[in-house]
Amino acid sequence: MSEAIRIYVPIDAAALSVGAEGVAQTIAKEAQAHGVAVEIVRNGSRGMLWLEPMVEVETARGRIAYGPVAAKDVAGLFEAGFQSGGVHALCLGPVDELDWLKRQQRLTFARAGVTDPLSLADYRAHDGLKGLEKALSLTGAEIVEEVKQSGLRGRGGAGFPTGIKWKTVHDAKATQKYIVCNADEGDSGTFADRMLMEGDPFLLIEGMTIAAIAVGATKGYIYLRSEYPHAHKALQRAILKARNAGLLGPSVLGSGKTFELEVRLGAGAYICGEETSLLESLEGKRAIVRAKPPIPALQGLFGKPTIVNNVLSFAAVPWILTHGAKAYADYGMGRSRGTLPVQLGGNVRRGGLIELAFGISLREIIEDMGGGTLSGRPIRAVQVGGPLGAYLTAKQLETPMDYEALAGIKAMLGHGGIVVFDDSVDMARQARFAFEFCAKESCGKCTPCRIGATRGVELVDRIIAGQERPKNLAVLRDLNRLMTDASLCAMGGLTPMPVMSALNHFFEDFDRPPAQPLPLAAE
Amino acid sequence: MAAYPAWDDDSARLIIAGLSHLEGAALPILHALQDEFGYVDPKAVPLIADALNLSRADVHGTISFYHDFRTAPPPRRIVKLCRAEACQALGCETLVQDLAREHGIVVDNHAGSQDAVVETVYCLGNCALGPSALVEGELIGRADADSIAALCGARQ
Repeated sequence: MSEAIRIYVPIDAAALSVGAEGVAQTIAKEAQAHGVAVEIVRNGSRGMLWLEPMVEVETARGRIAYGPVAAKDVAGLFEAGFQSGGVHALCLGPVDELDWLKRQQRLTFARAGVTDPLSLADYRAHDGLKGLEKALSLTGAEIVEEVKQSGLRGRGGAGFPTGIKWKTVHDAKATQKYIVCNADEGDSGTFADRMLMEGDPFLLIEGMTIAAIAVGATKGYIYLRSEYPHAHKALQRAILKARNAGLLGPSVLGSGKTFELEVRLGAGAYICGEETSLLESLEGKRAIVRAKPPIPALQGLFGKPTIVNNVLSFAAVPWILTHGAKAYADYGMGRSRGTLPVQLGGNVRRGGLIELAFGISLREIIEDMGGGTLSGRPIRAVQVGGPLGAYLTAKQLETPMDYEALAGIKAMLGHGGIVVFDDSVDMARQARFAFEFCAKESCGKCTPCRIGATRGVELVDRIIAGQERPKNLAVLRDLNRLMTDASLCAMGGLTPMPVMSALNHFFEDFDRPPAQPLPLAAE
Repeated sequence: MAAYPAWDDDSARLIIAGLSHLEGAALPILHALQDEFGYVDPKAVPLIADALNLSRADVHGTISFYHDFRTAPPPRRIVKLCRAEACQALGCETLVQDLAREHGIVVDNHAGSQDAVVETVYCLGNCALGPSALVEGELIGRADADSIAALCGARQ
């Protein structure tokens, strides 16, 4: 089978959601019928999700892409000679020449979609493990310094400098330290963590192992949301392979240093994306947010010093170690260094994953790369940074993707998710939803969040119904200020962000003649 | 669709014993029980409390906190429908209305003895290909009321 033609069909959940499994099976069947020897590799997704399932064929001219391929297209593809890169209406040309990919700066996602996610040999062949090997030649303090110099900030949303967090854990004295990966990617509009865990799981394992070596931790957990069954399978298999290959276990790559890693599943609670609530959940308890201080870096999991980082923060580290802090810091703008995997979703023609240095404008992402709305109607609102992020207007799209620039317009970058809405959106309903979501997902520890969210739903209902609007609007603004100032964590503290942005930028939606009787209040 | 065995204290005890050595074992145990029986029977509370040296209140508190854990046998099929912002932008709320109007399927309605229940979830990580649903571990993109109804084994 040495001359078998290699055909790539993604196993990424998004590709599967539009039929990749059937495509893979049909290719195998048709290949047999045509007497063509093929090796089907199930790669991750390249992130061009509107082209999924995107099939690639390895040829002398490089990998040629076809997409979106449906199972019923496969027979025709074989007739057109796609197994040797033949011309077909679905042919997109060589993958490396695709404009959407060429415009990106893929550091973290360099391998995603390229390799077989579960082949450690493939991982090594594409520069994998170089960061860890480098780390093993350094002292813990030197690794921490490298991460600090890179300017890497936590990619989960808060943007805290990763190096400083690591230094705190490094300097803490304890018999046991932990590395915890926050893979509870609950924000709507975000899927980069998922794509990375499915498309290049060894990278996350390598990043966490470097963290463990740096601070002297021997045990790590990946806290994964239960809504990601595909990522769960990929991680479990990757960890097993890494362990069998000596990348994890009692002596990491023969260094004599121990690092054990385990995946733990969440159970459908959005609040577990908040790090202290996540730690409570890992400990097997109700995921009630902890008051800080003490910070988790000093008293984290089971009271021990713990690094809690997002998937993408850990995944950025191997590149930094391999290429040096300066090379990473050379990307980006201001205090936002390096690259950001942006996730473009919602009502958009070309949605997907775009990794770029900080600083690109929202308009370039949404209009140039995204091609505007899927419905073809005008863009009315764009929510950046998940359910707790602000709604921006079409006029604010010049804003660059940068922590400080977004904070400057009372918005936030969060985990880099962008959700596009067309002009059919009712922003009063979106404000109501922000409260409704907070009411459902609040852990209940602090009053502003627990009670405020429910009162917020009622207020927006009254405003929509036209009851004493000026009075209720004043109370709504007051409630938002209270929740912002007095909530214990970002859940209650940031729910006012989408609400206030809707209110301030789209006031006309709160001022329409009431069309219907009072909607049902939240339970 | 998976047919779950009836709740059985002895096999539950075995599952619990197999996992109770883990750090923070409660969630792995609850997941394992639910994978086995389709739900976590309230009879599990004292068993887990005993194995992990917790109070029954602690265990009950954990079970009741998380949306995932069921305390009664599940319907034959569960369709998890995403109703978060990215899917809202693609009309998931219209989908919910159409389901009710055209197919008589009311989301989150567990009353009655229907075979399939459509449940609300928030985000399945498929935000560029929504509306999305998750059925028995399989992710569905670009869903509409008809495709969801078909998954439910549509009546009418």
